[in-house]
Amino acid sequence: MIPTSHYLFLSLGLFTVGVIGVVTRRNVIIILMSIELMLNAVNINLVAFSRLVGSAEGHVFAIFIITDAAAEAAVGLGIIIAFFRNRETLLGDEMDLLKW
Amino acid sequence: MLDQIVFYFFAALAVISAVLVVTRRNVVQSAIFLITALLATAGIFLQLHAEFLFIVQVILYAGGIMVLFVFVIMLINMDVSLHQVQFNRQWWLGLLLALVLGAQLTVAIAVGRSGLPLGEPAPATMLEPSTELVGRVLFNEYMLPFEIASILLLVAMIGAVVMAKKKV
Amino acid sequence: MHALINFVITYWVPLVCALAIVAVLPLAAGYIVLMERKVMADMQARLGPMRVGPHGLLQPIADAVKLLLKEDIIPEEADKAIFWVAPLISVTAGMLAMSALAIGPWFQIADLNIGLLFVVGIGALGIFGIVLGGWSSNSHYSLLGALRSAAQLVSYETAAGMAIVGALLLAGTLSTREIIETQADYGVWFVFAAPVGFFIYVVASIAETNRAPFDLPEAESELVAGYMTEYSGFRWALYFLAEYTNMVVVASIATTLFLGGWLRPFAGTRAFDFLDFLPSVLMLGVAGYCFYRAPKQPVKVQQMVLAAVGGLLILVAGILLAPLLAPGGSMVASAKAGLHGAFWFLLKVGLYLYMFMWLRFTFPRYRFDQLMRLGWQFLIPLSIVNVMGIGVALVLHRQYGWSHWTAFPLTTILTLAVAGLLASAGEKKEKEHAIVGEEA
Repeated sequence: MIPTSHYLFLSLGLFTVGVIGVVTRRNVIIILMSIELMLNAVNINLVAFSRLVGSAEGHVFAIFIITDAAAEAAVGLGIIIAFFRNRETLLGDEMDLLKW
Repeated sequence: MLDQIVFYFFAALAVISAVLVVTRRNVVQSAIFLITALLATAGIFLQLHAEFLFIVQVILYAGGIMVLFVFVIMLINMDVSLHQVQFNRQWWLGLLLALVLGAQLTVAIAVGRSGLPLGEPAPATMLEPSTELVGRVLFNEYMLPFEIASILLLVAMIGAVVMAKKKV
Repeated sequence: MHALINFVITYWVPLVCALAIVAVLPLAAGYIVLMERKVMADMQARLGPMRVGPHGLLQPIADAVKLLLKEDIIPEEADKAIFWVAPLISVTAGMLAMSALAIGPWFQIADLNIGLLFVVGIGALGIFGIVLGGWSSNSHYSLLGALRSAAQLVSYETAAGMAIVGALLLAGTLSTREIIETQADYGVWFVFAAPVGFFIYVVASIAETNRAPFDLPEAESELVAGYMTEYSGFRWALYFLAEYTNMVVVASIATTLFLGGWLRPFAGTRAFDFLDFLPSVLMLGVAGYCFYRAPKQPVKVQQMVLAAVGGLLILVAGILLAPLLAPGGSMVASAKAGLHGAFWFLLKVGLYLYMFMWLRFTFPRYRFDQLMRLGWQFLIPLSIVNVMGIGVALVLHRQYGWSHWTAFPLTTILTLAVAGLLASAGEKKEKEHAIVGEEA
């Protein structure tokens, strides 16, 4: 049997890699993908605890997170497409229309 | 024994794929490694005896969201991005802060795992088949969030279609 | 080492089944291609491959040897790693999906309690093989074909899934073995309780496997060969294998869920027990035809091969007959379920594939916008109404005590009425589009 802390460390590792991806990369699509990594790490955490306690509520929460991630990816990619059509750039540094 | 092999295999696959997602120059290769990371996570779910969540992860995340990502990557011309600088100017600061965050959480878990009852998970024989269990909990106690999630998906669909149209 | 030996001893049945599938499936796919060419020839009033082996029976082997010996061409600017891995993803997804299917009560690799959802979900991973293959070929035709194909697959996946949900409401379980056992308990196959669901699933499965009349992405006159354009030799063979494996998987899902899996027709009633002799009679009939045609072959070797095939079929007929004639309770008699079950399952899958081929050679191709309109504006609303209809029928039966024979036909008629409404609304829109197109 794998103790629950092993799952927590795995989830932590994935979350940290996701955070590094979000704050370090310039390409917004890679930033979106890193956000998906973070959400997955949280899912692992939830399911591990749900298994420890023996109830299904962690599973249900994880399903909601997956649903939410789908909605967010769809809208985020729509925004990226719209922006790319106007400005021809995909780099987060160059999306500075609101800067003074 | 088989349990441990499966867990360490999928854990290693997930972490290595995640690192490769964040460091590749070619966006399509990043997407492929994200697919493997998501499938490895699905494997972890299966190892935790959460079969319904495993198949939901495969169908929705790997088979739905990633198809969307790959479509968008192929519709947008990415050849320019292959020659640009990949990491932004304060990458060292971001890396440092992320590692500090990781270290804090590691210490928190390592110190806390003796205090909290982070013991053995419940034995597998005590759990009913995960589909029935999830269905029962989802449709009895969490019916309202379920309906709100469906409205959220409707809003996201309309939003994505409007954002991606050429003329509104 | 001990652990490995223990593993093999405990799990030897699934391992043998898995090996059988991986070894037999490429050969079976080759023979399904031969069957398609023969059926195509029959519907076009000609004979088809007749030269290689008697009646063309060794044609798949010749094709396989040719494809293996062809030069392996990779386009210049292609992304080599992705070009190499894309056909593998398609083939792996197709073969992995076969692991939860129950071909007969003895032949199943894994009886997952999410079996049917597993098959559908893993089959959906094959989309990546198509999209990555089209993109990595670095050619416009390939990319367009791949994107169109993937869009078509994603659109019809929803309709297929909802049709499956409609039948799963009747089954009450996701495990493939238990679905068939539920049909045995009911005494009637689910196709009779949910015919609209079966129709939706048939149409969606034709679109899912990129078969005509939905094969615009890989039609030769439209986009060269779509995502397969730049693939030659063995890589193309892998894509082809993936396509035919997907056809078999989809046919197996329909057989499991709607057509009663390994049950013979009228499995519950004892009066129809004479149908148990049908498998052996069929095999003997085909063997008799082989022996009849054997002397008429032009070459001695072909005569011997056809006679050997006839002998093999007589052996199979004997194996199928043995459990029926052996005294009840002996080991031979208990083999009846396994052998006959496998035969009925494969017969139904074969008939479903024959229907695929029949439709291919009968209907003209759908244009891509017509295809998408059919998927989104006809099949998906119809499948949602179908789910609601079956739910209503189940409530009427279980809570209000209506009998099966009134509740289900009633909801079927209502669903068909909605289908008629949707179809007429779609036709009106087509006419409007056509008129606008003429004026413009």
